[in-house]
Amino acid sequence: MRCSRRDIVSTLASDTDQLVARERATRQPIRRSFGEGGWLRLRPVLLAIAFPLALLAFWHFATVSRPASLIPPPYDVWQELEDLAFGGINDDAYSRTLHIHLLASMSRVYGGFAMALFVALPLGMLIGRVRLVRELVDPTIQILRPIPVTAWLPLAMIIFGIGPRSAIFLVFLGAFYPILVNTIFGVRAVEPRLFEAASMLGCTGSAQFFRVVLPAALPSIFTGLRLGLGFSWVVIVVGEMTGVQTGLGAIIMEARQLSRTEIVISGMIVIGVFGFLSDQLIMLLGKRLLAWSPSHG
Amino acid sequence: MAEVPILQMHNLGKTFAQNGRAIEALRGANLSVRKGEFICLIGASGCGKSTLLRLAAGFEIPTTGEALMWGMPIAGPGPSRGMVFQDYGLFPWLTVRDNVGFGPRSRGRPKQEIKETTERFIELVGLQNFADVYPHQLSGGMKQRVAIARVLASDAELVLMDEPFGALDAMTRERLQDELVELWSRSGLTVLFVTHAIEEAIFLADRVVVMSPGPGRIDSEYAIDLKRPRDIASRDFNEWRRLLASKLHSHHARKAG
Repeated sequence: MRCSRRDIVSTLASDTDQLVARERATRQPIRRSFGEGGWLRLRPVLLAIAFPLALLAFWHFATVSRPASLIPPPYDVWQELEDLAFGGINDDAYSRTLHIHLLASMSRVYGGFAMALFVALPLGMLIGRVRLVRELVDPTIQILRPIPVTAWLPLAMIIFGIGPRSAIFLVFLGAFYPILVNTIFGVRAVEPRLFEAASMLGCTGSAQFFRVVLPAALPSIFTGLRLGLGFSWVVIVVGEMTGVQTGLGAIIMEARQLSRTEIVISGMIVIGVFGFLSDQLIMLLGKRLLAWSPSHG
Repeated sequence: MAEVPILQMHNLGKTFAQNGRAIEALRGANLSVRKGEFICLIGASGCGKSTLLRLAAGFEIPTTGEALMWGMPIAGPGPSRGMVFQDYGLFPWLTVRDNVGFGPRSRGRPKQEIKETTERFIELVGLQNFADVYPHQLSGGMKQRVAIARVLASDAELVLMDEPFGALDAMTRERLQDELVELWSRSGLTVLFVTHAIEEAIFLADRVVVMSPGPGRIDSEYAIDLKRPRDIASRDFNEWRRLLASKLHSHHARKAG
């Protein structure tokens, strides 16, 4: 029977061939009926646009030709956005200033984020892998972590004074914890089996850190980066609401005092768009680095 | 002059501490393996067969006795003893090629040599078309081929296999068994193979070591004298199967009673 079984095996396609065949089978229908494939590709885009369009319509009809409305209609906001960016419509103090504020906010976001990265990554790895550091630092961090970033604002202003440094500090704090916590988790959750595999293949000691721990922790670290960067954009507005002259948070706050609600909304839209773009950028990076991971690549 | 065995175990024992209780996983194991032998360790769960294998790998330190390779005490894991795990233990972030090349690279071999070694062993296990694929894209049987190639590329003389085909479907398992025997007979490797499947043990082994639980120990050894390639439907094969089955069954009965 053993012999006859071998014949059966040899007449069957090997599992490698099966895999290739499976791949082909899933690819082909898309190529054959392009029209259907095109619709399938457009569908998510159309659905994603439908909801904001409905919101926009609601906003428009609820506010247009109502002088008493506290909220300006969408077209006014659009014009303000244009004026902020290129000028030529209102020609006031805010015309053609968008790039200044955007650049100021972005430099604080990425500056604070980079600082958080430089501190949180190594610290997280140490806390995760070195017991002494964990026992020394982790309890303190666990107590500091629940303090909301916004609660640090007054103290930050006392320490760093009124100015952009407080905002950068807040961004730093906001990005710090997500990166730290996810790094710790990532370097601690490495499968023990992989250490055994590495050491039996001659990879021992500190080499294991770079060839096993770090790559294994990468997906988790990456999640931390994404959360941290998202949080930086949240925090920057709060950070800029006090005492800085430039920045998207600053003009939002200033415009509110001047009852220029269309500037407030314009600022919000710009933050939303650039927060989204910066998230997409980091996602793209992740797709490259984590092509091996079934949940990322 | 007497030939030095590749692997020797003298009165080998291992006790684990678990929740403050001492659990004796292996007691007084004596085993001697000559170079080129194919040994199967078989027994019910809890008989210490995996512990014995992990002691040979150097993943565990013995509580009593000693394990020697070429007469030298085994002090820790090393490339001369390669383990093939049931759950593969492949590095998910490395391609098939880089997984196989991990051992040579860890030991700082020159680039050209790493490349040649890697290609040779990928070809040996028939994965040329999948060299640049990541483990999660492979089937179980293919993953286990990578694990075997990885150990061989790392110059392992003694291949330790811990129920390597246990998670595979029957068809793939049988094919890999055939391939393993073929590989072993051509390469002069020494294999220590843990299984709980009697048929697998008889099909593969020169010598079957039967282990019994509570505490885990070596019960008896049988030299399988069937000529290769073995026919699992032959009468001799069935007699071996009956003998080992009754042997293993008596362990269950003893444990229950």
